[in-house]
Amino acid sequence: MSAKVSALRLDGVYKSFGSAEVLRGVDLDVGEHEVVCLIGASGSGKSTLLRCINLLERIDAGRIFLHGEEITRRNADVNTVRRRVGIVFQAFNLFPHMTVLRNVTLATTRVLHKPRAEAEADATALLERFGLADKRAEYPDRLSGGQQQRVAIVRALAMQPELMLLDEVTSALDPELVAEVLSVIRELADAGMTMVIATHEMSFARDTANRVCFLDAGRILEQGPAEEIFTRPREPRTQQFLERIIAAGRL
Amino acid sequence: MSVGAETGRGDRRSRILGDLRGARNIGIALTSTVVFFAIVAVVIVNSAGWPEVRKAFFDRTLFGNSFPEVGHAFLLNIRIFCIAEALILVFALALAVLRGLPGPVLFPFRLLAVLYTDLFRGIPTILVIYILGFGAPALQLSGVPSSPLFWGVTALVLVYSAYVAEVYRAGIESVHPSQEAASRSLGLSRAQTLRYVIVPQAVRRVIPPLLNDFIGLQKDSALVALIGPIEAFRQSQIDVAATFNYTPYMATALLFILLTIPLARLTDWLIARDRRRQSAGGPR
Repeated sequence: MSAKVSALRLDGVYKSFGSAEVLRGVDLDVGEHEVVCLIGASGSGKSTLLRCINLLERIDAGRIFLHGEEITRRNADVNTVRRRVGIVFQAFNLFPHMTVLRNVTLATTRVLHKPRAEAEADATALLERFGLADKRAEYPDRLSGGQQQRVAIVRALAMQPELMLLDEVTSALDPELVAEVLSVIRELADAGMTMVIATHEMSFARDTANRVCFLDAGRILEQGPAEEIFTRPREPRTQQFLERIIAAGRL
Repeated sequence: MSVGAETGRGDRRSRILGDLRGARNIGIALTSTVVFFAIVAVVIVNSAGWPEVRKAFFDRTLFGNSFPEVGHAFLLNIRIFCIAEALILVFALALAVLRGLPGPVLFPFRLLAVLYTDLFRGIPTILVIYILGFGAPALQLSGVPSSPLFWGVTALVLVYSAYVAEVYRAGIESVHPSQEAASRSLGLSRAQTLRYVIVPQAVRRVIPPLLNDFIGLQKDSALVALIGPIEAFRQSQIDVAATFNYTPYMATALLFILLTIPLARLTDWLIARDRRRQSAGGPR
């Protein structure tokens, strides 16, 4: 192990659903303030990997460390771990029966036990930062997809996580709404947030990621600086995948 | 998506009224309604037995005499079903949550909840009332009231909780798993997730069937009369026996309807308001 403890480390992670092996020995090391993009075909295990890091799925074998502390050990408190790791989903998953403000303050008041006034002030400041201040009293279904996803990001950020996991956060959006969400993520990257991002937005990955990992059939087949992966992929599977992406006009 | 949702809402609102836009349509609807009910009235009034039925069921003087009495007794019905409903809503939710608990250790609790609903949905309400009303006081349990009223309410709570628990369960299961994932991913515990995310959404969705069961309960409050307490139905029976005239029954029926109809409209209004507030395109 290197002298500097990495923010996130995965050590031979396996996960199956029934007879389907989704993750087959994933090793990954993410440094502090690093932005790692996971690319790969649908079904390659990107989402499952993120859900495992957040302990939404229990892994079958391997170990996951958060700042050197093993979070997959038997007696680990999942709620404490999840408090430290924010996740944003493809389908937003906002709580439809709560206003935007309540969505953001639910966990800060109930989990972090912040006083309501403080939680609301903090939430309002965050919403302001992402151009959502005027939406605080709205219900999620009244917002555009891009606005909903920004609220979901704010909701996760309000917990001041050590690490953010983004699971294809722009895939459910209309094309014209993608940019506003990507610019929020870019801002987070610039602010030094450690992030693992599963994405189909290749140009975004190229511009923002410190490192790109190509997932294939439950393994990280190839990883390296974005420039290298996109211009000089070594593995034939990576080349094939990127050729298809280019043919589809997405790079 | 939002456009589809809006038309859906519009359709739902106009289902009863049909397409009543335009003066011509309203005119046609009015005329046909008047004609229809006029025909029904004429047929009934001209039937051979009408004078007899009218005397036996629609005696104005007797109605005036028995209405206050029955109305007073109806206060007991209101007490019965309000107390019972409050207990049912809590108890049934506990049952539904119990049934949804995960893990092999909690299997006995799930089994218990399943057996409970099977049992109390299977036995006719009136039997449960009889069995508890006559059987339970005979046990002479210390500290437990032996009044028929107490056991009547208990029987209603036990029976209706079984139904309402199933309604809650359907509501809980209708909330998408991604909501639970989102809540748990923020560090909320399973209990907190149920309390703040799942149950509030589930309850909103099942308000119409809950109301349905509540109306059923209101009517079944009359069954408690069979083990003694004098509520509206029992009172009207007494009045009927005294006068050999059925008009008091009509008074009782009217009382029940006067309560259930406004309640149904209020619920419709609450649901519509909730929906408007939460979804796109509605007024702020």
